[in-house]
Amino acid sequence: MSGDSGNGGEPPLLAAAGLSAGYAKPVVGPVSLRLARGEIVGIVGPNGAGKSTLLAALTGAARIFSGRVDKAPGLRVSLQQQQAPAIDGIPFSGAELLALTGAPAAGLPPWLAPRLGERLDRLSGGQLQFLYLWACLQAPADVVLLDEPTNNLDPDGVAFLAGALRRRARPGAGEEEGGGNACAGAGLLLVSHDARFMDAVCDRTVTL
Amino acid sequence: MNGALLFDPLFAGPFATGLCFAVLLPLLGAWLRLRDEWLAALAFAQTAAAGALLAMLAGAPLLLGGLAAAALAAGLKHAFEGATRGAQGAAYAMLLLLGWGVSVLLVANLPLAERMGHALFDGQLYLTERSHLISAGVFAAGALLALRPLSRRLLLAHFFPDLFRARGLSERRAHFAFDLLVAGALALATMSIGVMGAFALIFVPPLIAFGWAGSWRRALALGVAVGVASYVLAFGLALALDQPFGPLLALLLVAAGVASALGRRWAGHA
Repeated sequence: MSGDSGNGGEPPLLAAAGLSAGYAKPVVGPVSLRLARGEIVGIVGPNGAGKSTLLAALTGAARIFSGRVDKAPGLRVSLQQQQAPAIDGIPFSGAELLALTGAPAAGLPPWLAPRLGERLDRLSGGQLQFLYLWACLQAPADVVLLDEPTNNLDPDGVAFLAGALRRRARPGAGEEEGGGNACAGAGLLLVSHDARFMDAVCDRTVTL
Repeated sequence: MNGALLFDPLFAGPFATGLCFAVLLPLLGAWLRLRDEWLAALAFAQTAAAGALLAMLAGAPLLLGGLAAAALAAGLKHAFEGATRGAQGAAYAMLLLLGWGVSVLLVANLPLAERMGHALFDGQLYLTERSHLISAGVFAAGALLALRPLSRRLLLAHFFPDLFRARGLSERRAHFAFDLLVAGALALATMSIGVMGAFALIFVPPLIAFGWAGSWRRALALGVAVGVASYVLAFGLALALDQPFGPLLALLLVAAGVASALGRRWAGHA
């Protein structure tokens, strides 16, 4: 059984205990984890270990076969999964995308901020991925779940993302650049195969 | 063209009736295009025509028959909500064929249905009455009001499906509400501007707008502008040349669509 005892002190926003989940049959678990405000927790494991399914189970999109998920009352969840929808030929701008989730544009990296007025289908894969991440990361939420956030990002993008994640979890904790997030102090749960990135940003990891 | 005819009380009512749809249908078409479900619009319009003809045979109001049949089609579409794209497309095509088959058989075998059938397919805008104008105006106003909150949900569900579900919102409910709006609009529009006229207004303006607009808001505005301009021109031409309105509208919109595609190619967009 994969387990995470948490940081002990802060009451969890989200907790799973002995969770076994999947679709037609269980593909992950049993796993336990706790996520408190201000924490960044990583879920790591090989391809097919069920990392994305675990995120889906936490948001009710996958079936829970055993165990339980507890959420703080009134919990607001933001979630970004791997597959972005088709955007070719759709006249939708970056600014409109952020407005949909309620994410502020302030704090975007300098290589993306000037392109907010452009259509999504005119952005590069990396810019688009970062914009989707930003829209979910900075949406008003208590818990943010991100699935493979470093996909399609170049080293600059990964570095900027790492800083943004820390600021989102612990705003005002002395990060280098201005944050800009409207809502403060979220718990972040990340799924990634990028071990170096996870080591750099996560407070602790759960291995599946 | 005699422009004064547009302000003749005889034609002002029909003009206003069609204008409601020239504004509403391109807007609805934008969300249909976003979801790649434009074929469903043709199926709704065709089913509404069949429903109107069946209602006429039963001695019921045409409008009621058209609305009921279109709502039934929307319900059937809803049943395929979770299906694959291929299965959904097949379901819309089946609906379309069902509506067309029923309509043509009725028209071929019943003299009363023949005249009405032609009117429904060609568009009978100049024969519309005050009741058509009232129902079109009330429905268009209600639909525009309903679209404001529905729009955000539909867009969020499209661009952030996982976030949408994580917030505890129901995609199926939002899509069904939208489908009912589309079915109602097309059923009413079919009774005045005809099956293909209604389909042309819901399909072509967003097609053009999506190619040129830089944002969603501009696409909606451009779609409505194309719809209204084409409608006004078709209405005037049909009066001046004494031609059926529906085919003229469809041909004008096709010409606009081709010109748009050529313009985009020339501008290096495609």
